[in-house]
Amino acid sequence: MTILVGYVPSPLGEAALHAAIEQARFRNEPVLVVNTSRGDAYADPRLAQEADLERVTRELVAAGVPHDVRQLMRGRDTAEEIVEICEAEDVSLVVIGIRHRTPVGKLIMGSSAQEILLRVPCPVLAVKAG
Amino acid sequence: MENLGNLLDGFGHVLTPMNLLIALLGVTIGTAVGVLPGIGPAMTVALLLPVAYGMGPTSALIMFCGIFYGGMYGGSTTSILLNTPGESSSVVTAIEGNKMAKAGRAAQALATAAIGSFVAGTIATLLLVLVAPPVVKFAVSLGSPEYLAVMLLAFVAVTAVLGASRVRGFASLLLGLIIGVIGVDQTGQQRLTFGIPQLIDGIDVVVVAVGIFAMGEALWIAAHLRRKSGEVIPVGQPWMGREDWKRSWKPWLRGTAFGFPFGAVPAGGAEIPTFLSYITEKKLSKHKAEFGKGAIEGVAGPEAANNASAAGTLVPMLALGLPTNATAAVMLAAFEQFGIQPGPLLFEQESTLVWTLIASLFIGNLLLLVLNLPLAPAWARLLRIPRPYLYAGIIFFASMGAYAVNAQPFDLFLLLALGLLGFGMRRFGLPILPLIVGIILGPRAELHGRRALQLSGGELHGLIGGWVSWVIYAAIAVVLLWPLIGRFVVRPLRGRLVTG
Repeated sequence: MTILVGYVPSPLGEAALHAAIEQARFRNEPVLVVNTSRGDAYADPRLAQEADLERVTRELVAAGVPHDVRQLMRGRDTAEEIVEICEAEDVSLVVIGIRHRTPVGKLIMGSSAQEILLRVPCPVLAVKAG
Repeated sequence: MENLGNLLDGFGHVLTPMNLLIALLGVTIGTAVGVLPGIGPAMTVALLLPVAYGMGPTSALIMFCGIFYGGMYGGSTTSILLNTPGESSSVVTAIEGNKMAKAGRAAQALATAAIGSFVAGTIATLLLVLVAPPVVKFAVSLGSPEYLAVMLLAFVAVTAVLGASRVRGFASLLLGLIIGVIGVDQTGQQRLTFGIPQLIDGIDVVVVAVGIFAMGEALWIAAHLRRKSGEVIPVGQPWMGREDWKRSWKPWLRGTAFGFPFGAVPAGGAEIPTFLSYITEKKLSKHKAEFGKGAIEGVAGPEAANNASAAGTLVPMLALGLPTNATAAVMLAAFEQFGIQPGPLLFEQESTLVWTLIASLFIGNLLLLVLNLPLAPAWARLLRIPRPYLYAGIIFFASMGAYAVNAQPFDLFLLLALGLLGFGMRRFGLPILPLIVGIILGPRAELHGRRALQLSGGELHGLIGGWVSWVIYAAIAVVLLWPLIGRFVVRPLRGRLVTG
């Protein structure tokens, strides 16, 4: 069993990562960090850069939790990627960060969090940025 | 002094709320397309040609010049913050600019680019005011044979000087000339119409420009959309310290000196002067060790050069009706759309239009500084737009524009065919500029050729004319034979110097 955390390089993502580490210790399970981007824009602030991923790895090592870090850029939405991993692998818990969205923003851009909450087969832990 | 009076009149015409608004619109669109790689001012002006129909010539051209200048500003933002040049003229800026940004000096790099662009743009526009009228005075004295020679020089120059391969350049020029002759010629004969009635009037330049620039580019991007996102380096308000000013002002002026003349000659463009400026700054700098690690001179010089070359481009465009880059070519198409004959008589016949346009350049430049200096980080956010959305929008707009010209479905098929041609040219590395110059100048070269022959009663020597054309033909010969001259004259001479 694995704990999957959807990571973005922002306070939101850090909060999710910390919650995932806490859960991993509590449940004694490894952590799988996933960062995705559709990769079709010239710049994507949600795509973790080298330095971000190194910091994530450092934190996981410091916490002494068995871990794996995956970065996916295959032209698919974050929700699709996470749902697929959950279905293919033995995931016990998904941890994501959520934030307030305006109805219009949600209407136009959609909400990855909502997709994940409703579609993954396992429980989802949604945290807010501290 | 007469020109100064004309220019002041021009300012009077620009400083109306409507024209100011249009100038603001132009520079805003220009900056946006400058920031986005792959979407350039030429494509944008082409897409907006149908819209311009409804605007009146003065407003439309103020907008187009705003887009042209704006593209030069916006390109630098992307070069510096993303290390992907927004425009071909900003390629050199990326070398030092991105290094500066990585070293935490993005704010200074953006500031020297924006202020340098403003300084260069203003000086170069002043030069345009000074240089264009004498050029016109000279050009009015030329006859058809000389014009023919000038246009042939333009063909050869854009084809043989720019780009990596002459063969590809000439292939592209030929395609342009062929598309240009479609329709009824001056004697009433149909050429290349294949019995299709819609082709009798020729192919509308709007459809060609939109097809080649917008459709072609969109298909090209769609064909290999790379799944790759870069990192935009976060930056606050652009600013410069005292040391930065001290190191920037000389490169700005030198960049201007490189950019303006190169913009003004056919085949000069913005790429060569930016590169020359970079090399010069590297040579002259007191901080040579910083080059390659983020030297501010390497941003200041090239950015000034590309803006100065933009102003330089307007000299042959307004004074002779000669396009020296793709955006100018499309703008000339706009002139023709409005029934205004570009050429030396433009300053006389459309004096108000020309001087209003030139005055609008000063205003636009100022607006661009205001728009770019504090807002550069905001512009960089445009890079987050997913490309499929962007290009879907472009194709939609392109189709609508092409259909709007004559409201006939035939134009949409033509658009697609030309889009595929544009795609094929990108696929096989054919430059776009010779094609568009061929389409715009081809029919006019033919007109002058025929006139020259009529004047001489059909004798071929009529094509040569006076000493001006001799000089120009000599220049053409040198350009064409340059590789041979390089091999048989320059290299042996250099060899002798070394051994002797």
